[in-house]
Amino acid sequence: MKADMDMVFKALADPGRRLLLDRLRADNGQTLSELCEHLDMTRQAVTKHLKLLEKASLVVAIWRGREKLHYLNPVPIHQIADRWIGKFEQGRLRALAELKKQLEGDHG
Amino acid sequence: MANSQFVYVTYIRTTPGKLWKALLKPEFTRQYWVDCWQDCDWKAGSKWQLKKPDGGVTDSGEVVEIEPERRLVLKWRHEFNPELSKEGESRLTYTLETVGDSVKLTVLHEIDVPDSKLIKAVSNGWPHILASLKSLLETGESLAETRSWPREGCAGTQKA
Repeated sequence: MKADMDMVFKALADPGRRLLLDRLRADNGQTLSELCEHLDMTRQAVTKHLKLLEKASLVVAIWRGREKLHYLNPVPIHQIADRWIGKFEQGRLRALAELKKQLEGDHG
Repeated sequence: MANSQFVYVTYIRTTPGKLWKALLKPEFTRQYWVDCWQDCDWKAGSKWQLKKPDGGVTDSGEVVEIEPERRLVLKWRHEFNPELSKEGESRLTYTLETVGDSVKLTVLHEIDVPDSKLIKAVSNGWPHILASLKSLLETGESLAETRSWPREGCAGTQKA
C-alpha cells in the first residue's frame, strides 16, 4: 500500500499508464467508464493499469456514493522532484559557479 | 459532485492522535503552515477562521463534520485575494486512516466551480504545507520555507 519508489517507476514505465495519468490531469476525478471512453484499451486493461497506479499511490480512488472516482495524487512525483531533480539542479548550479570562478579567475 | 478538486494522499509515520493535534492546534500549524493558525472551537456548526501571523483572516468558514482523529469537513471561503474569494465556498475534507505503522491522510479540497482558480492556487500551496507536516511529525522538524509567512506571493492562495 505504501508509496514505494520502485512501484512508482514501474507504474510510470508504461505508456498506457502515463496516458491514464494525462487523462486525469486533464480532468481529475473520473470513473472507470469515463476513463475508458476514447481509449484504445479494454476495460480490463484499464482496470489493471489503475490498480498498479493506485498501488504506487500515483492515483487515489475516492468513493462518492456508489461511484468510484479516480484522482491524481501529486505526492510521488513531488518526492521524485525533491529527491532527484532538486539534486541535479544543485549540481548544475555548482557547475555554473565553478565555471564563473574559472572565467573570472584569480589570474593576478 | 464538485467541479474542481484537489486530492492529496500521504502516509505519515505517526498516530491518528498526534496527526489530529498537528492538523488543528496552532502551536503545530504555525510550524508548517507558514505561521498560520486556525481560530475555531472544533464543534460541528462552529465558525472556522484561518489567520495569518498579523491576525488577518485569509480564509473563513464553518465546521461541517468533525469526528476526532478520523474525519474533518470544513466549509472554506477564501477572504484575501478577491479573484479567488468571488468563487465562493469550497469544501475541505481531511480523512485519517491507520495503515500498518502509519496514518494515511487524505486531503480533498473541492469547489462547485469549473476550472477553479482557488483549487489551482491551493494545488500549489497544499503539497508544500503537507510535506512539511509529514516532516514535522516524522523528524520533529518542519521544512524551513513553510515556517514563516512569505514576503512575496508564493503561498499559493496569497496575493502579493
